Amino acid sequence: MNSAVTPSPSDLMGTVNDEQVSAEERKWAVAKRYWYLITLIVPAILIFSGVMAMETQSGQWLWLLTVVFFIVIPIVDFIFGADSFNPSEEEQETLKGDRFYVKILYAATALQWAGLVSMTWVVTQGDFSWFNILGAVLSVGAMHAVGLTMSHELGHKMNDKAQVLAAQICSACSGYAHFNIEHNKGHHKDVATPEDPASSRMGESLYQFALRELPGAARRGWDLEASRLKRQKRSVFSIHNELLQTLAITVVAYGAMVYLFGWMALPFLLITAAYGWFQLTMANYIEHYGLLRQTLENGRFERCQPHHSWNNNFKASNLLTLHLQRHSDHHAHPTRPYQLLRDYQDAPELPHGYPAMMGMAMIPSAWRMIMDHRVVEWAEGDMNKVNIDPAQREAIFSKFHNPKQATP
Amino acid sequence: MAKYECPDCGYVYDEKTGCEREGYPAGTQWEDIPEEFPCPDCFVREKPDFEALEGKQ
Repeated sequence: MNSAVTPSPSDLMGTVNDEQVSAEERKWAVAKRYWYLITLIVPAILIFSGVMAMETQSGQWLWLLTVVFFIVIPIVDFIFGADSFNPSEEEQETLKGDRFYVKILYAATALQWAGLVSMTWVVTQGDFSWFNILGAVLSVGAMHAVGLTMSHELGHKMNDKAQVLAAQICSACSGYAHFNIEHNKGHHKDVATPEDPASSRMGESLYQFALRELPGAARRGWDLEASRLKRQKRSVFSIHNELLQTLAITVVAYGAMVYLFGWMALPFLLITAAYGWFQLTMANYIEHYGLLRQTLENGRFERCQPHHSWNNNFKASNLLTLHLQRHSDHHAHPTRPYQLLRDYQDAPELPHGYPAMMGMAMIPSAWRMIMDHRVVEWAEGDMNKVNIDPAQREAIFSKFHNPKQATP
Repeated sequence: MAKYECPDCGYVYDEKTGCEREGYPAGTQWEDIPEEFPCPDCFVREKPDFEALEGKQ
């Protein structure tokens, strides 16, 4: 066990080796700048599907984004494979100062709202079956999930007021007001510990996790904001409460849509928002499943290191999620902008991209078949090193605990 | 007035300016900052991890 509080620089540097970067990868790195625009395609597809549904009066179009998200993206990932490019120190300096990457996020935030408004209009004004409206709900939910990825990226740059405001506007689209506060100050601080409602435990199904995570995160977000305001000697119901500010944006915008499109807009907006939250929960579920930070001699948890997050490096889904799947680097260095995030060769690896893993998480037995043995290998058979669902503790120990398989 | 730097993200706590956003007004001494104070930018390092910069008495 590493007894130092701060991990050594070699732990944090990953395995970047400039000499191994081929000419082809270099070319990819140049093109990648524009490929990030793919994140704008998500709300664009949603708007397109709504227009087509209205034009043709055929409601199957409302399923389009759901199909793209859960079927097309995993296939594209399979075809195009992994992205092994990591920028050199020199390239990082250039990438860091390039405002193009932030502008994509601002544009995406605006398009997210356009997508939500247009789909709400389509569903309330068109005459579609419940089945096709379900497709619209799932499609808007998929857009919300990608939108929260944008909001996540924006919200980590606490020292940039414009980005923090954009993060609030972006989170408000899916009514997830506590996200930015809770994620930064709660999840990142407590990640991969039993104290974190947003880190899933081995043996815990997606649905059990959702019941623990959704209320747990909301409560933690509120408590964190309340204690900040208390230190500022302000009331928790003050105008400075960032959670209430974000909620106000949602209430005003959703209220305007209900006013313009009729009462049917309200259940649609609330259900799509709730499903959007569930999709975010799915992402949280797969990001740290079973991984545990060890307790140090001084009683504190060891600092978060790359091996405390599941990593994934598929090209297409990584572009779509702004490198969120390079999750090991993100948690080790939360303020790194997305275009700088690196792949870690020695981080625990998910076998598929997030959309495919989310699909599997919905079937708990399939998930455990795919993931449990990976957690055991990560812990080298020592189940004391795993974040386990207390209700499953005995069953998991008797099935998997075999610390002897650890290599000295 | 001393300054302390987060070893992960480079955030600098300056006693002169404090950290108003988190409720520590200008002039708040480092010794009055609680032990569990997380870095207000990255939130993955806490007060004991911070490194003193120039100006430390």
